[in-house]
Amino acid sequence: MPLKVVVVGGTRGIGRAVARRLAERGDRVHLLGRDPDDLARCAADLQARTPGGTLVTASVCDLEHPESFDAAISAAATALDGFDTAIVTAAMFATQPKLEADLAFTRRLLTVNFANTVLLCEHLRTYLLSRGGGTLCVFSSVAGDRGRKPVILYGSAKAGLSAYLEGLDHKFRGAGLKTICVKPGFVRTGMTEGLPEPPFAVDPDQAAESAIKAIDRGTPVVYAPPIWALVMLVIRWLPRAVMRRVGF
Amino acid sequence: MNGRKLAGWGRVPVVPGYQIRSEDLEAITVDVPLTRGLGRAYGDAALPAPGDARIAGSTLADRVVHFDPETGDLTAEAGLSLDDLYRSFLPKGWFTPVTPGTRFVTLGGMVAADVHGKNHHVDGCFGRHVTALRLRVADGRVITCSRDEHPDLFFATIGGMGLTGHILEVSFRLIRVPSPWIYQEVQRVPDIDVFMDALKTAAASWPMTMGWIDCLSKGSSMGRGVLYRGRWAEAHEAPKSFPALRAPIPVPFMLPNGVLNVHTARAFNFLLYHQPQARASVVHPRSFFYPLDIASDWHRGYGSRGFAQYQCVLPESGGHDAARRFLEVVTGFGGASFLCVIKDCGPEGEGLLSFPRKGISIALDLPMRDDTQALIDRMNEEVIAEGGRIYLAKDALTRPEHFRVMETRLDRFLAVRRAWDPDGQIRSAQSVRLFGW
Repeated sequence: MPLKVVVVGGTRGIGRAVARRLAERGDRVHLLGRDPDDLARCAADLQARTPGGTLVTASVCDLEHPESFDAAISAAATALDGFDTAIVTAAMFATQPKLEADLAFTRRLLTVNFANTVLLCEHLRTYLLSRGGGTLCVFSSVAGDRGRKPVILYGSAKAGLSAYLEGLDHKFRGAGLKTICVKPGFVRTGMTEGLPEPPFAVDPDQAAESAIKAIDRGTPVVYAPPIWALVMLVIRWLPRAVMRRVGF
Repeated sequence: MNGRKLAGWGRVPVVPGYQIRSEDLEAITVDVPLTRGLGRAYGDAALPAPGDARIAGSTLADRVVHFDPETGDLTAEAGLSLDDLYRSFLPKGWFTPVTPGTRFVTLGGMVAADVHGKNHHVDGCFGRHVTALRLRVADGRVITCSRDEHPDLFFATIGGMGLTGHILEVSFRLIRVPSPWIYQEVQRVPDIDVFMDALKTAAASWPMTMGWIDCLSKGSSMGRGVLYRGRWAEAHEAPKSFPALRAPIPVPFMLPNGVLNVHTARAFNFLLYHQPQARASVVHPRSFFYPLDIASDWHRGYGSRGFAQYQCVLPESGGHDAARRFLEVVTGFGGASFLCVIKDCGPEGEGLLSFPRKGISIALDLPMRDDTQALIDRMNEEVIAEGGRIYLAKDALTRPEHFRVMETRLDRFLAVRRAWDPDGQIRSAQSVRLFGW
């Protein structure tokens, strides 16, 4: 059975790659994003890639405006005649020095990446549970696994998000809602453009592949690509005295 | 720009510079001198000119803008790669009319280099199949050009190495294939004379041909190698399954200089030459079109010194022996190149600087040595004597005076370029090296 999927943030970066893979294999896709023109172009791209020219739809949803969530989810549900899977990849990013220097932007980023993303997930889980369950797949980050110097502020929002997603999975899996927390490492997207590339950097396609595998299997936590599970295992176990000295 | 560097696929030269990338290619091409795709040009074609540093990168702009499932007409953003295109469209029975020897190439790059493939003798270059281009030209305007609309700009852009403007969108027609598999025949060829005849015979009945020549063999076995002939397999010949799409094997770090040396190459060539020859087999399209793509970053195999690629076409007027004379120059430099690719080309394309012309094309990898420049000079003299030309997408070391002699169409190209870009705002390291601007 093809999935009926809502992708929030499917116009760019990893979200674009995830939406493509779903469309290519015949899943029904509805995009949610900010810019109507950009959404229309992305929907046309996806539709061209579907096996049979299946209609790909889109509607506006802005993570900075939680009051838009209800209408966006209704629009998606109408377009797809009900959906069983929701994927949230949208988020903001800035480097630690930039955030430290601009607290107004920091406030926006923390609000969008944590508070508003959690609110959106609350709407989505309510919708999915009302249909008897489904899959909620949300992109957190390896940055949330441990407090680290280069990603203190960005990472703290992702840490909160990862904790929320874990709780959600514990509480609702029995009721049929699978919650999946994807933790990408460094992915070469517009978001990371211009940053020095660490080891194990991948293209969006490879990260998307890990996420889709997790959705198909219902894996609660997945690192993308998988090598980051090992990297973060080591980093999580490093003593504080060591973490204080190292640059990462 | 904190010491960042850019290089072509051969990693010669390495220049100061960096690329900015965005899904919105139109926005980032406003004030840069050049756009780069996946960086598969070997030399300095996709590198910033001295003093420029910042260029645009197209790879995030990779959406299909329009596709007609009846005709196969496709318009896509210039950063769309063949790898991505095939993943979406080959399962539906579509392929590009022309593919170069790597699938990690963008549509914009394919237009800029007017790439050719194993079917050149039948289907010509990619540019022949392009119907329209959307370009940001030097004065900032975004212009659509085609054979009817601004044809001067259109024909200068096909094969124009990105020097007429930033290619934003490409329109062309996909072809229907009977199955996603290739029917292939492999033939062992003992020397260059037999090779020339075998290519000619194969061209008459096969849509795709290409040969590998062992460049370490001299004397009576000079030019020995393997000829590949292929066509799309018919549905009844092909496996029912879709060919598996595995990710390439990474070459995660630079191999030490000299791992690929005369001895390892001789062993490799021996195995290649003596490979079991199934007279006919149905093979994965990737192994047929893109044997080197099996390893990503395979260029690291040549070590930190890098390598130069060289590709020339020797016109038919030179006769049967032109390839033999050229190989004598190459093999005379003792192990300078291990392996070369040989292919007969069809007629010249419409692009003002399009590389192929009727004749024989020879491509070689040249691991960098102290005599590489001398070898390239010597080969260029030979190419000039034969009335041939070189392929800019491969070049890093040709001297401008040599290029001017072999490229008789250059003035026409530069006139169009000057008309659209009087101040020379769009340029590359290669254009400054070879044309002076």
